[in-house]
Amino acid sequence: MAVSVDEAVATGPARDHTPPARRRGGRGRSVLEVALLTLLAVVMLFPVLWMIETSIKENRDVYAIPAKFFDFTITLDHYRDVFVDPDGGRSALSVSFLNSVVVAGASTVLATVLGVPAAWAYSRFAVKAKKDQLFFILSTRFMPPVVVVIPIFLMYRQVGLIDNKLGLILIYSAFNVPFTIWMMKGFVDEVPAEYEDAAMLDGYTRLQAFRRFTLPLLVPGIAATAVFALIFSWNEFVFATFLTSSDDVRTAPPAIAGLIGGTTTDWGLVAAASVVFALPVLVFAYLVRKHLIAGVTLGAVRR
Amino acid sequence: MAGIEVTALHKRYPDGTVAVDHVDLSIGDGELFVMLGPSGCGKTTTLRAIAGLERQTAGDIRIGETLVNDLPPAERDIAMVFQFYALYPHLKTRDNLAFPLRAEGLPKPEVHERVNEAARLMRLGPLMDRRPRQLSGGEQQRVALARALVRRPRAFLMDEPLTNLDAELRADMRTEIKHLQGELGATMVYVTHDQVEAMSLGHRIAILNKGRVEQIGTPLEVYDRPASLFCAAFIGSPPMNLIEVEVADGKLRSQGGLVLTPPPGLPRDRRLVAGVRPEALEVAEPGAEESVPARVVSVEWLGDEIIYVVDHGGQRDVRVRMPPTVRFATDAKVGLRHTGGTPAVYDVSTEELVA
Ligand SMILES: Nc1ncnc2c1ncn2[C@@H]1O[C@H](COP(=O)(O)OP(=O)(O)OP(=O)(O)O)[C@@H](O)[C@H]1O
Ligand SMILES: [Mg+2]
Repeated sequence: MAVSVDEAVATGPARDHTPPARRRGGRGRSVLEVALLTLLAVVMLFPVLWMIETSIKENRDVYAIPAKFFDFTITLDHYRDVFVDPDGGRSALSVSFLNSVVVAGASTVLATVLGVPAAWAYSRFAVKAKKDQLFFILSTRFMPPVVVVIPIFLMYRQVGLIDNKLGLILIYSAFNVPFTIWMMKGFVDEVPAEYEDAAMLDGYTRLQAFRRFTLPLLVPGIAATAVFALIFSWNEFVFATFLTSSDDVRTAPPAIAGLIGGTTTDWGLVAAASVVFALPVLVFAYLVRKHLIAGVTLGAVRR
Repeated sequence: MAGIEVTALHKRYPDGTVAVDHVDLSIGDGELFVMLGPSGCGKTTTLRAIAGLERQTAGDIRIGETLVNDLPPAERDIAMVFQFYALYPHLKTRDNLAFPLRAEGLPKPEVHERVNEAARLMRLGPLMDRRPRQLSGGEQQRVALARALVRRPRAFLMDEPLTNLDAELRADMRTEIKHLQGELGATMVYVTHDQVEAMSLGHRIAILNKGRVEQIGTPLEVYDRPASLFCAAFIGSPPMNLIEVEVADGKLRSQGGLVLTPPPGLPRDRRLVAGVRPEALEVAEPGAEESVPARVVSVEWLGDEIIYVVDHGGQRDVRVRMPPTVRFATDAKVGLRHTGGTPAVYDVSTEELVA
């Protein structure tokens, strides 16, 4: 998830908060800094920019040589094509977007519902061999997911979860639960156990104490964790490619990839679909950026 | 209100730490009972076991007539004040106070009335609409106390409630708690590692060490006759002088020649140590009547008193409390004199009070 973490940090308004000390330096240094940062920004942002441009160019401008940077006609046809089929009705892509929403949403909810109470339990109770258990849970994330694609595929075929949204939801949850437990345990550790103790003395049961006092204090943490889980599920490509095939089950990543190849590739459509695909996560991450930063910097600042 | 009876309490944490080895306490109805001891001696664990937040490994706990071993905290009808005040951060003072009552499902007017009463007792008037973050440490502590009050529980448990306050505020709050306890006739178990707090608050004090009770007694008993060398060293500042003595001619004699009146019933043939409070000794001009020679090792001027550390017969750490008018310089030759009554005498090998 390292990439997601970086993305999350980048969404923060870090620039304005740069401490003055870092700005001092000589003039030469700041010129060099600016130059390097600009170069980096161009390298990083150009593909994104090009994708956005391509998505609003007419097809003949897309294929124009030399490439047209500015003087092209703007059209929203590609975006229409993303959602609407040429013969009217819903397009296959729009169905896959809907699938992505369902799969990513459901797997995130499932991972959160399972992971948060588990994190609470690991944080609050004396569990036998707690450290070993936690290490085991984390270790499931050590290997690259690709390694288990084949076994999962075989197992899923046995139980009939191939080409099934439930199958994707389950596998994504399985990947997100360990992450959720680890990240949420950090947040739970930060909430003093005395709140629950006090609540229990006030007449609540342990679970009520958790639900009414600890849980509200965990909301920022849950938001941050859920966004990371959501980003993972939303972007996941390998399992989606292997485990699904039909248009009405496939999620957006393999569906978009599927547009490439064949005799001709409608690059405008690919670009538009990619933009539509990238937007929700960006918007969502932007909305909860405060919580994201809190999640990323967790433990960095002691109270 | 109700008394609390703790019998043969033992608590072993899952990691094997024995936090409480063997504790018997019998706390009377309406008593302010203080548990005093060094860090890690099991005070908090004992308190949490009474509250039901920690399940004891063995032993019984009774509140009033009820055996509460198997009751969850909610059913023990006890209020606890934590060192970290545990006020719900998202609630205003008013709601923090009302919370335990709403949990009980009391009707609104009654909740209102009780909250106001507790607020009046703890003088929270202007703080009622603030959140914990907007309160100072002392104010948070008053709110925490008020929250314990509103429920009118059968007993109060307090775990070092004043530790986070500065010295002055702590003294004020101490007076306040004592006053409140007397007014309500509340049973209160108060945990602290501050002996001044223990002495000034407690009707009785239990001194804990390594999960065991070393002594239970009134502040005076505990001060005058510490039950063990541990208690002798723990209570009093500066602590009691422990002077090696021998029984000879019906007197206690130290190596330096200091003569003390022996308490009746001293065992023979044991190495003994006499516990002598710094105020039971006096430094005087050398050769003064009934004095033995000693030398001033260091002098601590405390303003209202002077602590002389003197070398007496090779023992270099005998402390003497004197009024600030009596002045000797470091290294001065002085006479050391015992002015107190019969000292407490301890067996060196068992470390217990023998007479
Ligand atoms: N949850 C726990 N698991 C394992 N050991 C514990 C736990 N809680 C406390 N202990 C250990 O039990 C012993 C007694 O702890 P306790 O908190 O009762 O001490 P205390 O007298 O309250 O000390 P302090 O004055 O520092 O608060 C200590 O050695 C402590 O390390
Ligand atoms: Mg403690």
